[in-house]
Amino acid sequence: MATQIHLVVDGKPHNFTVDDPNMPLLYALRDELGMSNPHFGCGLSQCGACTVHVNGKAVRSCVTPLSSVKEAKITTLAGLGTPEHPHPVQQAYIDEQVPQCGYCINGWIMTAAAFLKANPHPTDDQIREGLSGLKCRCGTHTAILRAIKRAAQTA
Amino acid sequence: MIAPMSDILQRDLSRRGILQGAGALIVSFAAPVSVSVAATAATKPPLTPDQLDSFIAVHPDGSATAFFGKIDGGQGTDLGIAQIVAEELDLDLDRVSVVMGDTARTVDQGGASGSTGIWRGGAALRAAAAEARRILLDMAAQKLGAPASNLVVTDGVVTVEGNAAKHVTYGQLIGGQYFNAKLDWNKQFGNPLEIKPTSPLKSPDQYKIVGKGFPRRDVAPKVFARFDYVTDIKVPGMVHGRMIRPSVAGATPVTIDEASIKDIPGVRVVHKDGFLGVVADKEWNAIRAAQMLKVTWSQATPAFVNADAIYDHIRQAPVRHRQVEAEKGSVEQALAGAAKVLTSEYEWPFQSHASMGPACALVANKDGKVTVWTGSQKPHYSKEGVSKILNVPMENVHAIWKQGPGSYGRNDAGDAAIDAAVLAQAVGRPVRVQYMRADGHAWDPKAPASIHRIRGGLDANGKIVAYHFESKAFSKWEIETTERNPNHSLAGQLMGLPLTPQDSFGVPSESYEIPNRLMAWETIAPLLDRASPLRTSHMRDPAGPQMHFASESFVDELAVAANVDAIDFRLRHLTHPRDIAVIKAAAERAGWQTRVSGPHDKGEIASGRGCAYVTRGGTLVAEIAEVEIERRTGKVHVKRVVVAHDCGLIVNPQQLTHTIEGNVCQATSRSLWEQVAFDREKVTSVDWLTYPILDITEAPPQVDIVLIDHPELPATGAGESSTRPMAAAIGNAIYDATGVRMRRAPFRPDLIKGSLV
Repeated sequence: MATQIHLVVDGKPHNFTVDDPNMPLLYALRDELGMSNPHFGCGLSQCGACTVHVNGKAVRSCVTPLSSVKEAKITTLAGLGTPEHPHPVQQAYIDEQVPQCGYCINGWIMTAAAFLKANPHPTDDQIREGLSGLKCRCGTHTAILRAIKRAAQTA
Repeated sequence: MIAPMSDILQRDLSRRGILQGAGALIVSFAAPVSVSVAATAATKPPLTPDQLDSFIAVHPDGSATAFFGKIDGGQGTDLGIAQIVAEELDLDLDRVSVVMGDTARTVDQGGASGSTGIWRGGAALRAAAAEARRILLDMAAQKLGAPASNLVVTDGVVTVEGNAAKHVTYGQLIGGQYFNAKLDWNKQFGNPLEIKPTSPLKSPDQYKIVGKGFPRRDVAPKVFARFDYVTDIKVPGMVHGRMIRPSVAGATPVTIDEASIKDIPGVRVVHKDGFLGVVADKEWNAIRAAQMLKVTWSQATPAFVNADAIYDHIRQAPVRHRQVEAEKGSVEQALAGAAKVLTSEYEWPFQSHASMGPACALVANKDGKVTVWTGSQKPHYSKEGVSKILNVPMENVHAIWKQGPGSYGRNDAGDAAIDAAVLAQAVGRPVRVQYMRADGHAWDPKAPASIHRIRGGLDANGKIVAYHFESKAFSKWEIETTERNPNHSLAGQLMGLPLTPQDSFGVPSESYEIPNRLMAWETIAPLLDRASPLRTSHMRDPAGPQMHFASESFVDELAVAANVDAIDFRLRHLTHPRDIAVIKAAAERAGWQTRVSGPHDKGEIASGRGCAYVTRGGTLVAEIAEVEIERRTGKVHVKRVVVAHDCGLIVNPQQLTHTIEGNVCQATSRSLWEQVAFDREKVTSVDWLTYPILDITEAPPQVDIVLIDHPELPATGAGESSTRPMAAAIGNAIYDATGVRMRRAPFRPDLIKGSLV
């Protein structure tokens, strides 16, 4: 059943129609809004590649029905920071040259940004626990940990 | 963002446009230059490897483009190529851009393959850049009226030495025109493609750019979500495809009830023999349709064995092919006379690429002209495969590589390109096909399962006098390492093309001096004679982790039997300075305590250290792992990894370090966790819960890397070599801690806990 949807993403309002109001947010962002992020990784909330912020909270958009995010403020990686005004985690990612293929990047950066907001001075173990469950297949874990630590120190 | 087709083509053409359009401007400016060394041209010579213009272009502003027939999967290979070309051309690094993986703009250098990006790909680009510089200097000599030997170049500005007023820029000399000069090409394509240097190459002591740790160019765009992956390409009129695979391997659709998806708008079913997919205008509708389409499948006889019986299956299966790779002296005689003889058998499971996202490809077929956007790391072969499956001439197919979600060999990307081509032809629209998670995990080509039987003999002095290494395994080429032939793609196989598995495996690579050795491998038949989710192909360091887990664990067993420290034992069997240096460097950095390895920690948390050493294509690696084992749970924590790495000349130490770190974490994941699960009918590891990989809570807290630079030697590969010793280093550390010898991977807690009892 065609349903009218209104979303505010990265500060911009969007209106569109979908065939299924339970379509996950991911496909609205990618296909209706034409964003090249977040990414489809698993569709099962197991990897994090689709992570966005919904009202400041890191959420897996691949399993988030559109019907559940009405009126919510959504921030994607593209809206987190820019080259001119990078988020500290983005800057740390560049400084530490973290990604290889980088397809996992939304998960780590968006989760870390929300995590650091709630835990501005984490220990190494807290960082690991805070990011547990996210996947990176290229094996950049050690660089990720360096970057999040760096971001925590500079944030 | 949605890029209209015209924009994408425009982007694709823009650099050529610069050359052609601006070239016309520069012709009159450059016309007075009389060129005797090469007749420059305003139109581009054919894209063949014997043409300098196939590799290097100099633009009117003096910047240059290198055309690289391989790709970068995120290790900075393209940056290394830019450094090599900038160095030979005497240009600043930021003035050299790299185009890669586009079949209309780069020659076939084999794509990403065998860690040859810098090693072989870089050598060709270096020779081409040196030739370009020589021609430019000859042109400058004529223009400036001075011999080329008196000219100096700084960032593309050629000056007469001692007379700074007399100068000309590369852009003025040739910008916008083509060199139209021949290279000495060895007439081969792919990895073997070589360009013989016909101009003097810079000597490494002159290097200003090669050897420095410049940052990558793709990092910031990725971090700010301004980077297009293959999944992000969109063209007008595009529809979305999803594939439907049989739940029992080998089954084919019998009835397809299209009424079951009649409520989902805009869906079409595409069915040819065993090939079954859906396309829809909206991606979510394609996903829903693929999930909801009612299909009855043929009764297929279960072809597999249960996963826990796989090693017995390998042992008992008839040998399809046997190959002796090395034979020296008489192993049997030496074993008979040895003071001590050891025999061991090691086992390694099927493993999945399990790429970060399942594969995606987009194919547009317009008036017989086909464009393929693919994440396949070998786009020149995607082009060939699409050409063959669609029966379209090769010259009418254009493949464009775009970064996919991870790329460590022949993963599911090759299949997605062929699937998209079949779907696009069937529906007459551009089709973007993206697999679902289970398609990627269950149906990607696998790294082969194997067993390794080793016998070793020690003399009374603790030296190895006999070494017999035998692998018996599924071939690593049940499908080819590329999708160039459709019968090596899922689509082709599902549509009935005959399987033609090849036999390939390998033997461990090291430099131990052992007077009597026999190294051989045997392959067995694939489990299924049709499209199989357990078909094998190349995955990072093909067969390397398997073989070297066995060989370097066994060397450790021999060291213990000889009552000698594991590092000392290896050094006793090596004479070449580079082998010795790499092992000593790792031991020194690790603060290795010399003692015989063995159970020395009875605590609830047992700690130990292990080492391993390997070679690969001229690269040498020694790794030391420090581990802790929770006796209660059997869980292994890798606390520290030390890597000493010698790959000859280092082009970019920062990116090399990151590449090695990636290998360390991925190989630790494969050693501790990864195995494809399956029953008699199907692969049952279909997601991250059923195919667990290393979690960040388990990542080694400390990875210390010692880079050994040999500027006087050619650069060899670094993309895979540090993967192969990892399992043995960890396994040997587990033995050192607990006395449990790991002879089967992965080292999951249940396996270790069971062994500790």
